[in-house]
Amino acid sequence: MLENYLPILVFLVLGIAFGVGPLVAGFILAPHRPDPEKLSAYECGFEAFEDSRMKFDVRYYLVAILFIIFDLEIAFLFPWAVVLDKIGLFGFVSMAVFLGVLVIGFIYEWKKGALEWE
Amino acid sequence: MIELLQSYWNAVPLSWQTLIVIVLKIVGIVVPIMLSVAYLTLAERKVIGYIQVRIGPNRVGPRGLLQPIADGIKLAFKEIIIPSRANKFLFVGAPLLALAPALAAWAVIPFADGIVLADINAGLLYILALTSVSVYGIIIAGWASNSKYAFLGAMRSAAQMVAYEIAMGFALVGVLIAAGSLNLGDIVRAQQGSLLTWYWLPLLPLFIIYFISAIAETNRAPFDVAEGESEIVAGFHVEYSGMAFALFFLAEYANMILVSVLAAAMFLGGWLSPFAGIPLLDSVTAWVPGVVWLLLKTSLLLFLFLWFRATFPRYRYDQIMRLGWKVFIPVTIVWLLVVGVMVLADVPPWFD
Repeated sequence: MLENYLPILVFLVLGIAFGVGPLVAGFILAPHRPDPEKLSAYECGFEAFEDSRMKFDVRYYLVAILFIIFDLEIAFLFPWAVVLDKIGLFGFVSMAVFLGVLVIGFIYEWKKGALEWE
Repeated sequence: MIELLQSYWNAVPLSWQTLIVIVLKIVGIVVPIMLSVAYLTLAERKVIGYIQVRIGPNRVGPRGLLQPIADGIKLAFKEIIIPSRANKFLFVGAPLLALAPALAAWAVIPFADGIVLADINAGLLYILALTSVSVYGIIIAGWASNSKYAFLGAMRSAAQMVAYEIAMGFALVGVLIAAGSLNLGDIVRAQQGSLLTWYWLPLLPLFIIYFISAIAETNRAPFDVAEGESEIVAGFHVEYSGMAFALFFLAEYANMILVSVLAAAMFLGGWLSPFAGIPLLDSVTAWVPGVVWLLLKTSLLLFLFLWFRATFPRYRYDQIMRLGWKVFIPVTIVWLLVVGVMVLADVPPWFD
């Protein structure tokens, strides 16, 4: 059973190798003539004032947190979905209750304006 | 000669033999992908060209057929600039992180009945995991560049990709309920019958949502605010040049082909013939190998990608978020319950 996963491991390693190959070729083949202007960050022609890792909108955090909740929900749904035909009505109703609770939370977020983005 | 090779081959230890076979199979998958990526870029320029009543590239080679090769060679000879204030390790690592998952996900794609590199039971779960990794490539690229535009592009793309990944995940759960398996080969086999027993029909809303989310996931127009060339120049890869830029390009197009193949396998019957069950056409086209049908379905979906890009103006960012959170997620949750009821009620012809 586990040997089925060997090709995946090899593929992951080779996938990185297929990226490293062109990069190395690029470093070897291409010219390398750095100067301070060329190496500065792109800023429409003038000097960068400050470090560009600046403050950003808190809504991005909010989206990330919401994402974790829903992604976990999907992770719970995966095994349930595969065996739904075997666990029958009882399994379906219990998951429907679980989904219902989450949907109530979703409606609350919606009403609170967490999904607004103007 | 052949005997000599045979004796060499037998001298190789058994564990190395399996490894070599695996590596050869992987090369057999990756090289056609790379070629498809190259010619997808040409197809894109040609298709958009004709949609805009232009000819598109036609100078390099007959009818412009060597254009992607020329582009590749040009990029190989361009300097790779690493900005002085960038985090060098992450800056170089980000394109690898974008490309490797886009390639490695192909391990579980069935090209025809039984022709798959790794026939694992957790196929779809593996794909969901790997496609989530590719968002890191973009975030790390944007952060490591230490440029304002790159940073903005990375933030936008991160929020957009996580929003649409949820809709995409729910659509996948719908397919799982219908097929009762995570193995992509089993999912295709469960659709056997005719054009009408494929899952696009009972899962139509999920199919549409999956495909639109796939466009958003791959940061393609009309959802390409992460690049937004008219506002944040090129988004996360503004500081990349030469081969490092080419890797992002490769990853984007490899991802496009990947999501199209996935959509073809999950909703359009994978390698199954569309003429199955139709008396005359079925016997006339019986000789066509399954992989041809898969490629045709994939090409159709890829053409839609190009068509959308030429047709729709770019969405505004708040519209993108609204579509993802307020339209797609509610619709998918409702349709999951509908599919669940259909499976429990054994609705023919799909779930009996």
